[in-house]
Amino acid sequence: MIASDRAAGVRGTNPALPVRLTSLAAFLILWEIVARLADTRVFPPASRVIARMWSEAVSGPLPLDLVITLGRVAAAFAIAMVLGTAVGLAMGSWRKLDLLFDSWLTVLLNLPALVLIVLIYIWFGLTEAAIVFAVALNKLPTTAIIVREGARSVDRGLVEMAESFRIGTWPRMRHVLLPQLYPYMIAAARSGLALIWKIVLVAEILGRGSGIGFRIQVYFQLFDVTGILAYSLAFILVVQLIEWGALQPLDRLAARGRP
Amino acid sequence: MILSVDIEKKTFPTPDGGERIVLEGLRFSLAEREIVAIVGPSGCGKTTLLKLIGGLDPHFQGRIAWGNGRLPRVGTVFQEPRLLPWRTVRQNVELVLPADFPAGATEQALEAVGLSNQRDAYPAQLSLGMARRVAIARAFAIEPEIVLMDEPFVSLDASTAEQSRGVLLAAWNRRPTAALLVTHDLVEAASLADRILTLSVGPARIASDVPVPTELRRKGGEAAAHFVAALREAAGKRAAPA
Repeated sequence: MIASDRAAGVRGTNPALPVRLTSLAAFLILWEIVARLADTRVFPPASRVIARMWSEAVSGPLPLDLVITLGRVAAAFAIAMVLGTAVGLAMGSWRKLDLLFDSWLTVLLNLPALVLIVLIYIWFGLTEAAIVFAVALNKLPTTAIIVREGARSVDRGLVEMAESFRIGTWPRMRHVLLPQLYPYMIAAARSGLALIWKIVLVAEILGRGSGIGFRIQVYFQLFDVTGILAYSLAFILVVQLIEWGALQPLDRLAARGRP
Repeated sequence: MILSVDIEKKTFPTPDGGERIVLEGLRFSLAEREIVAIVGPSGCGKTTLLKLIGGLDPHFQGRIAWGNGRLPRVGTVFQEPRLLPWRTVRQNVELVLPADFPAGATEQALEAVGLSNQRDAYPAQLSLGMARRVAIARAFAIEPEIVLMDEPFVSLDASTAEQSRGVLLAAWNRRPTAALLVTHDLVEAASLADRILTLSVGPARIASDVPVPTELRRKGGEAAAHFVAALREAAGKRAAPA
């Protein structure tokens, strides 16, 4: 406790860290105990899963699968964020556009991910582009809806200020408009990341011969629960690293100037 | 003459599909380096008038003509300070400066309003009075040909308002420009302006156009208070027989 408190003090920015670590350790210990008590092949204890993850990472196909899946996640995420933000911004800014396309967005939003993936595989074939497109299309409407909410809440007074001082289009976007949308875009990115990597796995199970999803399907057929959990855990860890390394710094950027 | 305003009619749509006339038959002009105050009760259309003049709302009947034939560089001080909360005081002023301005322009503008020490503060860390002074610094920093001010000192306590008026005059004295000051406070108008235009209510027209006597101009305090008292007395006499 003392050591971790000191560590938090040195970091200075994250006093919640010891609590988070303790909570995580408690979860792993609980998992270990319950699994050992149950003593069944279909629910392996944490220690065995972590050991398996390590051996797959050092001498198995895990790193390659991870890179392949991450690449798909990154591509789908980028497309969904850029297009979704553009659509949301346009719909939040122009009422007529909003009226016109609101129902389209609702249709897309309520179309099950699975149906969309299957249809796109059928229409465009089992290709790399198809999987990225299918996953991006699943995330696009939620991004658009969150950003639209942001665009609706833009401070008219600040926009008018920018207009009266005749600030150019690009600086106006970058310094007046987008900072008001950052909190919404980060919310969209955070929920998007969680959603997209899950959908990528489903899409991989359905139609790709590589990636974490494909590997999980193989282990499912072998009834190898330890393998399934090892691959899932590896991916959860990577996503958590992205949260710490990319999303939280963005949070701090968006919080500039707030009391 | 730098500005001549001739607004025949400005209307706003009403919720029931009709329209409400806000400004009608409103004419006045502004000379270079002249400060004109526009006084009227709240809601009479003063802010709308400033928007039309600043080119923020092109939908009206009439003409707004500029001395040099085009909309000049306008520095606006809004009713709320309208600073960007994610930029520091210095960055807020820098954002509005034209690209060819010298690097020291921001510093000078902040110095003129006595806020050099707050240059790296975020707007949320400032008092309302200070934020208003930043807004004044920003409007003057672009070396405007005309300054439009919409109730720049509203909701400040009396002494802060008096102090802010001093800051405004200091900024103006460094670089005198034409200025329009919208206010509901006659004393404020009398302490800053060369001329006071009074607006009538619904639709707004110019009810009176009174020059402030030269010897009382920009003196503030006592002088302004006396002049306003005299104005009110005269208005009372005019109103009495009717």
